[in-house]
Amino acid sequence: MSNTQENREVAIRLTDVKKMYKLGQIGGGTLQGDLQSWWAKIRGKEDPNTKIGQEQRLVGQTFMALNGIDLTVYKGEALGIIGSNGAGKSTMLKLLSRVTAPTEGKIQLYGRIASMLEVGTGFNGEMTGRENIYMNGTILGMTKAEIDAKMEDIIEFSEVREFIDTPVKRYSSGMYVKLAFSVAAHLDSEIMIMDEVLAVGDMAFQKKCLDKMRDAAKKEGRTVLYVSHNMNTIRQLCDRCIVLDKGKVVFEGDVEEAIGVYMGANSRISLYNDCDSIPREPIADGLMHIHSIELLDLESPVIYNNQKLKASISYSSKLDFPETAFRMIIFNGNRVPVGMIASQPEIKSKQGLNDLTMSFDLSLLAPGEYNGRIVLYEVDKYGNEVVHDVVGDAFTFRKEYYNPDNVTKMVWKPAVWGNINFPDAIIHNDGV
Amino acid sequence: MNETKNQYYTEITAKHNLFDLNLKEVWRYKDLITLFTKRNFVLTYKQTILGPAWIFLNPLISSIIYACVFGGIAGISTDGVPQLLFYLCSNAIWIYFSSSVNKNAHTFTANAGVFGKVYFPRLTIPISNVLSAVIQFGVQMFLVAGFLIYYVLTGAVRPNWHAWPLIPLVLLELGMLGLGCGIIISSLTTKYRDLSILVSFGVQLWMYATPIVYPISALKEGWMKTVLLINPVTAPVELFRYAILGQGAIMPGALALSTLLSVLILIIGVMIFNKVEKTFMDTV
Repeated sequence: MSNTQENREVAIRLTDVKKMYKLGQIGGGTLQGDLQSWWAKIRGKEDPNTKIGQEQRLVGQTFMALNGIDLTVYKGEALGIIGSNGAGKSTMLKLLSRVTAPTEGKIQLYGRIASMLEVGTGFNGEMTGRENIYMNGTILGMTKAEIDAKMEDIIEFSEVREFIDTPVKRYSSGMYVKLAFSVAAHLDSEIMIMDEVLAVGDMAFQKKCLDKMRDAAKKEGRTVLYVSHNMNTIRQLCDRCIVLDKGKVVFEGDVEEAIGVYMGANSRISLYNDCDSIPREPIADGLMHIHSIELLDLESPVIYNNQKLKASISYSSKLDFPETAFRMIIFNGNRVPVGMIASQPEIKSKQGLNDLTMSFDLSLLAPGEYNGRIVLYEVDKYGNEVVHDVVGDAFTFRKEYYNPDNVTKMVWKPAVWGNINFPDAIIHNDGV
Repeated sequence: MNETKNQYYTEITAKHNLFDLNLKEVWRYKDLITLFTKRNFVLTYKQTILGPAWIFLNPLISSIIYACVFGGIAGISTDGVPQLLFYLCSNAIWIYFSSSVNKNAHTFTANAGVFGKVYFPRLTIPISNVLSAVIQFGVQMFLVAGFLIYYVLTGAVRPNWHAWPLIPLVLLELGMLGLGCGIIISSLTTKYRDLSILVSFGVQLWMYATPIVYPISALKEGWMKTVLLINPVTAPVELFRYAILGQGAIMPGALALSTLLSVLILIIGVMIFNKVEKTFMDTV
């Protein structure tokens, strides 16, 4: 991979890009205030606009939204950018789309940029759909002739043909977004930048947009930069991915690995998991409190093939409960529940500290990273469930296949196949 | 690799060259300027009963008010020119200039939403504002022309036809001045919002420091007249009325000074504007 990349054409190159923001209010807010501060600084006196008691070193404290980004994006590549909130994703896209300038460093762009930091920029409610296509298109850098040539395609793609000569203020929000995306998607740009634009529109349209963008990269050789918190769309669209954290690129490479890194950075992955600090949901009555969950008999929180997951849960109870029940819900990396494991209501809990050890058969679970939500509850005499404690995201583990004999064993594709690997099909005849 | 040969190659750095005015890029977005100009008109008169008729009614009503207040009550002389025509004429040229300043003074704050999401040469917005003002001026001139024909036929007004070819230059100069002032103010308002409030007062004051509601001949020699002559709007306005109404004078010295100032202010304006546009999103 790295060898071929040497010869590929560069689309975007970032060299040690930094972006600094000042913390707190920028300037005094008024010309007079700024002049006072400036005059005080010149005479070496204390700034009269500093609040009394405010620590001097905090004045002028800065925040590096991007702290030295080096990145090369090649032509025809669909690059995903992931990272938690505040990692610097949006700042990076803003710099690339020239909305604001970097504090340090250099950005080289080999081609026109079409940025969709927001769908429908420049749309005006009073103007008709058609007028807005022209407006939006030219704002994004097309000429009128180019728009004329693509007008039919844009209207066709947007699925709002009947309303194209109606002011867009009469549109539903879905129609609005469809029209806006269509314009952006038909730009003649070499580089496309998209920030969560797919979060809108119905499923069918989302799929259509993803396909359109994939085509743009694969068939038309355009470069796509895509930011999303939806790992599924990242998986579907991107062929390379970077992970940003605290203004730096912490990982660059394969999409699945990048998602793993991102998820890992988000969740504590260890054998011993302290649950005391996790905020509880009000559905629990608080008569029990789970202190920790520890995965037993493992060196790291990874289980292979049919290996069982053994865990010890430490919890305290305010009363004696002879018929406590336990439930664990397993979530995948996208926070989607995958399945549930329950116990019979036969756990005896005594007042005070309890230690519960259990094992779980997770052989149906496909490879990937998962986390568990654990619930302690009781069924009262009327058959109602009384929840005593719930801990969401209590622990994280990985499931992996280990197959020393068969190295060609397929790689599990969670985006396509889901998270459950049922036992192999039983063949009754051989199909001849 | 012939990377640098790409026709759309762009390099973004922290450094900014003051003399890099980026006008070539503005030209590439000329269709956008056209659309913005069109939008300014379409939007002003959408969902109004009288629609585009307002373009005529606005100056007509304000000219009648001027004629009543300044001509009728205050009794200010118009050098023998029929009052309504005098005020229509003055009004047209002043509205052209003042709306160039006023609209452009809010360029950054009014468009922060769009500017924050997508890049295009920001200068397209002020330019389109001035172009809208030109068109509005043109429309108002139809109104002026109607009255002018009547008064010329009755012999009340004798225009200096030979000075008419200079009218486009007057427009060009006032346009540059208005654009320059507007974008300087808008560049400063990204940080200090007070200025935008001051602007509307300032422009009003400016009108009274310009021979708009009175001819310059109404003033005696003195400091007030000196202020008027330094004011870069005075000379073009006088030239304009000299051509159309046959009243007023061509003042070569003041005209030269005014042209020089306009060009200077425009260049400084574009320089400041280009510097501010790069990072204004962080402060606005």
